Amino acid sequence: MRAIDRKLLREVWRLKGQLFSIAMVVATGIMSVVTMRGGYDSLEAAQEAYYAETRFADVWVSVKRAPEKLAAEIAGLPGVAEVDTRVTALARLDLPDRAAPGMGRFVSLPGGRRPRLNDIRLLRGRPLAPAARDEVLASEKFAAARGLQPGDSVRAVLNGRLRTLEIVGIANSPEHSYSVPPGSLYPDDERYGVFWMNRDALGSVYDLDGAFNELVLKVVPGHDAEAVIDDVDRMLDAWGGQGAYPRADQLSHQVLQSELDQNRVMSTAIPVVFLAVAAFLLHLVLGRMISTQRTEIAVLKAFGYRTREVAAHYLAFATVAVAAGGLMGAVGGAWLGDAYIELYGDYFSFPDLDFTLRPTLLVIAAAVSGVAAVVGALGAVRAAARLPPAEAMRPEPPPTFEPGPLERTGIGRMLPSAGRMILRNIERQPVRAGLSALGVAFSVAILVLGLFMYDAVLYMMDLQFRVIQREDLTLTFQEPVSRSVRHDLSRIEGVTLVEVWRSVPARLRAAHREREVGLQGLAPGSRLRRVVGQEGREHPIPSQGLVLSSILADQLEVSPGDTVRVEVLVGERRSDWVPISGVVDDLMGVGATTSGPVLDLLVGGERAVSGAYLSVLPSGRASVEARLDDMPVVATVASPQTMLDSFEEQLGDSLYVGVGFLLGFAGVISVGIIYNGARIALSERGRELASLRVMGFRKREVSVLLLGEQALVTATAIPLGWLLGWALAFLVIASLESETYRIPLVVSPRTYLIAAGATVVAAVASGWIVRRRVNRLDLIAVLKTRE
Amino acid sequence: MLLRARGVSKVYHMGEVEVHALRSVDLDLRESEMIVLLGASGSGKSTLLNIIGGLDRPTSGTVAYEDVDLTELDDGGLTEYRREHIGFVFQFYNLIPSLTARENVSLVTEIARDPMPAEEALDMVGLSDRLDHFPAQMSGGEQQRVAIARAVAKRPRLLLCDEPTGALDVETGKLVLSVLQEVNDTTRTSTAIITHNAAIAGMGDRVVRMSSGEIAEEHVNEHRVSIDEIAW
Repeated sequence: MRAIDRKLLREVWRLKGQLFSIAMVVATGIMSVVTMRGGYDSLEAAQEAYYAETRFADVWVSVKRAPEKLAAEIAGLPGVAEVDTRVTALARLDLPDRAAPGMGRFVSLPGGRRPRLNDIRLLRGRPLAPAARDEVLASEKFAAARGLQPGDSVRAVLNGRLRTLEIVGIANSPEHSYSVPPGSLYPDDERYGVFWMNRDALGSVYDLDGAFNELVLKVVPGHDAEAVIDDVDRMLDAWGGQGAYPRADQLSHQVLQSELDQNRVMSTAIPVVFLAVAAFLLHLVLGRMISTQRTEIAVLKAFGYRTREVAAHYLAFATVAVAAGGLMGAVGGAWLGDAYIELYGDYFSFPDLDFTLRPTLLVIAAAVSGVAAVVGALGAVRAAARLPPAEAMRPEPPPTFEPGPLERTGIGRMLPSAGRMILRNIERQPVRAGLSALGVAFSVAILVLGLFMYDAVLYMMDLQFRVIQREDLTLTFQEPVSRSVRHDLSRIEGVTLVEVWRSVPARLRAAHREREVGLQGLAPGSRLRRVVGQEGREHPIPSQGLVLSSILADQLEVSPGDTVRVEVLVGERRSDWVPISGVVDDLMGVGATTSGPVLDLLVGGERAVSGAYLSVLPSGRASVEARLDDMPVVATVASPQTMLDSFEEQLGDSLYVGVGFLLGFAGVISVGIIYNGARIALSERGRELASLRVMGFRKREVSVLLLGEQALVTATAIPLGWLLGWALAFLVIASLESETYRIPLVVSPRTYLIAAGATVVAAVASGWIVRRRVNRLDLIAVLKTRE
Repeated sequence: MLLRARGVSKVYHMGEVEVHALRSVDLDLRESEMIVLLGASGSGKSTLLNIIGGLDRPTSGTVAYEDVDLTELDDGGLTEYRREHIGFVFQFYNLIPSLTARENVSLVTEIARDPMPAEEALDMVGLSDRLDHFPAQMSGGEQQRVAIARAVAKRPRLLLCDEPTGALDVETGKLVLSVLQEVNDTTRTSTAIITHNAAIAGMGDRVVRMSSGEIAEEHVNEHRVSIDEIAW
C-alpha cells in the first residue's frame, strides 16, 4: 500500500464520526430512491401485467336495464374495440357478527366462457359451475379478513331475499384491487367484499334476464375515448344510462394511479434534498480538513506529488463517505422495498406483486451519489490543488472579524462577550450558517409535511363523520320507494329519528359547460346529514335552488345567483332551470344538494326516496338491524361509526410506521448538519476554547461558546422549517387535489411542536457527542504551539 | 507564603520509555514577588508551570496553595482554582479573534468575582486607544499586552507567563516585559515568568534556573535590573 493511501485510511478513521454522519445522509437519500422508485417500478409492472392479463376495460357505464342486443350495436360504434355486458348489484351481507352491517358488490360472470373484458384471476378453489345458481367466488381481501375458504358460505340479501351462497373459489380483479365500500374512502375488508356469480343466476334475481345493467368496453388504441363516451351516452340515454366514465375515473385505478404519481414525485424530490445536504456537508468537512492540512499538502507537493494526485487524495475522502452511504442505502433500500411493497399489498391486491430492483436503478443511484460527492468535494479539493507549495508552508492568515450588520443594530451592546463571539462567528460566514439553517429547516419541514398529512386526514374524517354525517345507520333502497317508508322505519323500536333522502343522476349545464353528478335531495332542516364547508360552517338545505360543491361551481363557472340547466337522467328525464343558492367549499366528492321536495319536482312523477338516515339508540342497535334485514326494500345498511373505527385503526398502525420514518429522515439530516457544524467549529476554535479553559472557564461555559452557534442555527431553522413545511403542504395539496377529495390545509399545533421538539432533540444529541470532545481539549498544548 | 511545592516529580510514559520531567522539586512563591524560571528547552520549567497553574498533576509530591493541596483537587476544583486565582499569559497570546481588545478582557472579567473594568486593565498596559481593535488589526506586541490586561483584569493572586516574549522581536519584547514589571509593581500580584532567555533573569526578585528536571541554582537579586538595561 502506498504511503499516501495509508494516510487516507488513518485520516478516514480519525474523521469516522463526521464521514459516517455524511454516509448516513447519503444512505437515506439512496435508500429512498431504491425503495420508492423500486416500489414504483414494481407496482407499475404488476399493474401493467395484471391489466393486460385481465383485459381491463377503458370505459364503464351503468344503465337501469338495457337489452343484451344493444351490446352488438355499441360494439359497432367507431373506436370501440371490444364490448362486454354484465349485471352488478350492491347487496347487504348477513354476517355472523352483528356489530355492524356488511355489504357486498355482486358482479356477474358469463356462464361457460371467460369475460371478454374485466376478467378475474382465480387464486384458490375452482371456477363457478356453468349452471350453478348458488355459487360465488369471493374477493381475496374479504376472504382473508373473514378467514373464509372455498367450501364456506356467505349469506346475502339479494333483491330482498336472503340467500345462502357457497364460496367455491377466491379471486380478485384489477377493478377491485383497491376496494372500498360505496360512500366510503377507505377499505373495510371485514364488512365489504366483492362476489362473482353466474350471469343467469344474478340476472334472474334482479329481473335482468336477457338484459344488462353495466357495460364495459375497450377503445381502439389511439382513438379518442371521450368521443366514444359521448356516443355511448347517446345510445344508452333511452335505457337509463347514468353516464359513461373513462378508466381514469375508475376508483381502484384512480387511487392506485395517484399513489404511483406521488411515488414518482417523492422518489425524486426526497433524494435530491438528501444528496444536496450530503454535498454541503462534504464541502464543509473537506474544506476544513484541507485548511488544517496546508503544510502537509505543501510537503506532498514539494516532494513532487502532482496536483492531480493531491486532488485525487482529497476526493477519495468524499468517495469513501458517499460509496459507504450508497452501499448502505442500496442494501437498506432493497430490504425496505420488500416491506414497502408488502404494505402496498395490504391496500392493493395484486397477484405477482414483488419488489424487483432494476439494475439500471442502482446504476442511476450510484451515478447520482457520485455527482453529489464530486460537487461537495470540488471547491475544497480545488483549493488544495491550487495551493503553491511555498504558500502552503506558511500558516493560514488569522481570521479577520468585524461587527456584522446584525450586531450593528444595537443587539451587540446588550450581549455579553460570549454572545458577541457566537454572533460574529455566524456573521463571518453567513453563507455557511445560512445553508446550515436551511438544511436543518428542511428536516423540520419534512416532519411538518409528513405529520400534516395525518392532521389533514383526521380533520377530514372528523368533519365527515362527526359534523356532516351524524346518522348511526345509512340505508339505501333497492329502488326509489314512497316517502311513507319513513313511518315504517320510525316505528322500529330503538329508532329515534328518521330522515329520508333521494339521489338521482343528473346533468348540469351552464352555457356550453356540463357535468354529470349525483343530485341529492335532503330533508328540509335535516339534522342527520348536513352541508358543511371545510372551515366547518353549515350551509342550510336550500328550500329552492341548489347548493354546489365549489369544485363543481368552478367547473361550470357559476356562482350563487346564476342558474343552471338541470337534466334529470332517470324517469321522465325532465329538465329545468334552477338557481344556484350557495356554493360550499367542501372536502369530499363533487355534488349538488337541494331539498327533497325540490328534487321531487325536478324529477316529476311520484315523490320518492332512495334511502334513509337513522338515529338509533345504542342499546337497540342489534334489534334495529335485525328488523332491517326483514325489510326487502332495504338494499344496504352502512354504519359511519364502523367506517370511522376501521379507518382510525388502520391509520393508527400506519401512523407509527410513518412517523418513525419521518423522524429517522429528519434526524439524519439535522444530526448530520449540527454534528458536523459543531465538529468543524471545534476544529477551528479548539485552541481558542482551550485557552479559555486554561483561564478558568468551566467546561460548561466553553461548551456554550462552542455550541451556541449551533443552537442559534437550530433556533433560526425551526420557524423557517415551519414556514417551509407549511409551504410544502400547500404545494402537495395543490398537486393532489382531485374530484374525490380535497385536502384541507390544517396543521395542528401538535405537529409544529413535534417537528420542533424532534429537531431540538437531534441538536442536543449532536451537541452532547461533541461536548465530550470539549472535555478532552488539550490544555497544555495551547500554551506552546501555534496552530 | 502563597504557594509551596515540595518533592514534586513528574514522570511521563512515552511508550516503553519513562521520561522524568521533574525530579523532586521544592519551590516557594511569595506574595507579590516576581520570579524568573530560567531553563533550556526540556529542563522541566514548563512542566513545573503547568503543575503550579493547575493544568497538570504531579506524579508525586505536594503543591500547597495557601492551605489547599492542589494535588487533592479534581478537574472541577482545578478549574475553579485557575478561575479565581491564576492569570495566564501565553507565548502566542491566544486572543479570541472574534472579539475586540476590550471584549477579550471583558470575556474574563464577566466571570470573575472582583474584576477591574476592562478599560482600566487596558489602560494599565498602555492600550487605551486600541480598545475596539480586533486581534487581526494589532501588532504582536499589542496583542500580547491585551493578553496581559486580560490576565490581570480579574485581579489574580498569581500571574503565570510562559515565554511571554518568545514570539516577539527584542524591542517589542522589552516593552511587554516593562508592562509586566509595572503591573507587578502597581498590583503587587505575584508573577512567575518562564523563559529560556537568560538576559531576562535580572528583572526578577528571584531567579530559579532549572536543568534536567531539577533546580540547578536559585538566587535572589539584590536589585532588580531595569528593563532598559536588558538586551539580547
